Amino acid sequence: MARFFEQLSRFFAPDNLGLLWQSIGMTIGMTIIGCGLGFAFAFLIAITRQSGGWASLPLRVLATLFTELFRRIPFLVIIYLVLFFIAAFVRGASLFLVAIVAICIYATAYLSEIIRGGFDSVPRQQIEAATAMNFSRWQTLGFVIFPQSLPVILPPAIAFAVAFIKDTSLVSQIGVFELSFRGKELVNQGMSGLFVFGMISLIYFALSYPLTRLGRWLEKRLASSRGQGPVRQLRQS
Amino acid sequence: MHHLEVKDLCANYGSHRVLDGVSLSLDKGEVVCLVGPSGSGKSTLLRVLMGLTPPTSGEVIIDGKAIGFASKSSIRAARDRMAIVFQQYNLFQNMTVLRNVTIAPLKIKGWPTKDVDEEARRLLAKVGLADKLDAYPDQLSGGQQQRVAIARALALRPEILLLDEVTSALDPELVTEVLDSIRALAGDGMTMLIVSHEMAFVKEVATKVVLMDKGQVVELGPPRQIIDNPSSERAREFFGKILRH
Repeated sequence: MARFFEQLSRFFAPDNLGLLWQSIGMTIGMTIIGCGLGFAFAFLIAITRQSGGWASLPLRVLATLFTELFRRIPFLVIIYLVLFFIAAFVRGASLFLVAIVAICIYATAYLSEIIRGGFDSVPRQQIEAATAMNFSRWQTLGFVIFPQSLPVILPPAIAFAVAFIKDTSLVSQIGVFELSFRGKELVNQGMSGLFVFGMISLIYFALSYPLTRLGRWLEKRLASSRGQGPVRQLRQS
Repeated sequence: MHHLEVKDLCANYGSHRVLDGVSLSLDKGEVVCLVGPSGSGKSTLLRVLMGLTPPTSGEVIIDGKAIGFASKSSIRAARDRMAIVFQQYNLFQNMTVLRNVTIAPLKIKGWPTKDVDEEARRLLAKVGLADKLDAYPDQLSGGQQQRVAIARALALRPEILLLDEVTSALDPELVTEVLDSIRALAGDGMTMLIVSHEMAFVKEVATKVVLMDKGQVVELGPPRQIIDNPSSERAREFFGKILRH
């Protein structure tokens, strides 16, 4: 018991807390940048894959290849690929840059499939109605397809973000200073591995649980903002 | 010169020919009804007119000017003058009734907000939905949704209104309310091309009836002549079946 309190006080010592905050910040930062940029790129890829015509065929093929390829490679392997790729071309590139690039590739590949699924869920007739009223492609996307697919996109996208918080721990493998990496450092400094990673687990939980709740809340809000909450429940019952 | 003229129009779905040389015309203020068995190409004709299905050959001429189906701007110009009401209403599910009616005039046509809003409220009141402005489509009955769809089409101030079996997805008791709305439009002198199976209604509002079968026009003429005294065997057979119901 005394050892536990000793560990506890070491864990919550001001200098460790400072570093811990830093590492948590890194984990959160990577998640936000990864999911944020990932969503933006994924959106572009989903739009590209949806476009018709011969002119955009090469882009479509590229977008499809990108998604299909990177969804089938383990995240850790993507990290190493990016590490060695960047190391080959850029001298003295920071590990943070490597981590961000790897994370964006991974998030883009997954989120683009989620967004594409959302777009596909919008009935063709909705798009035809817009076309018949002379909506442009972008207007159709902005006024009809995107708002209608959002309730379909959001739940799996948030589930992905939750999983993503955990996946960022993999970049500790190349030495990026984030939460898991700080854990390893503490153990190397002689602290109890069980205690340290117990605490690290709690922190990961504390980070991802609110996001899960936010996801549920958003899901409900989106459903009711379309005025469909009660109707949907009726249909399901 | 006719207001709308369709000349020898052909269209395919894959290798299947759906429209096989259709010709017909509409003058200003005319109400032309397309009748015929399902699969005869009536809906496809409307889809071609709206640029939703490309024709393989033939011409569509509005006020003497042919639509260039290969040119996006030409199709857009044609859509500017026509509006369609679909069989399944196709209201935007993510928008309120009012927004459904105002979005295209506001965002696509760029008309002033105040005018568009007033016009939308007036049109919705006209089809009896003044109290449903803030409802979402799936809170409405089929008949109500279809009337919103009619108001939405009218808000674009089309010169020609296309109606595609607008009552066939509705319960019988809801059919009357939608037909009443269309009847009122005919009374106002709106040029309309209507696909319908409601023979009594067709007889009443149509200035011309077009019987289609297998992608071709079988017979064309005033309703009394076409429905009551069809000249072709195919027409007698079709109306015989329908009117016996």
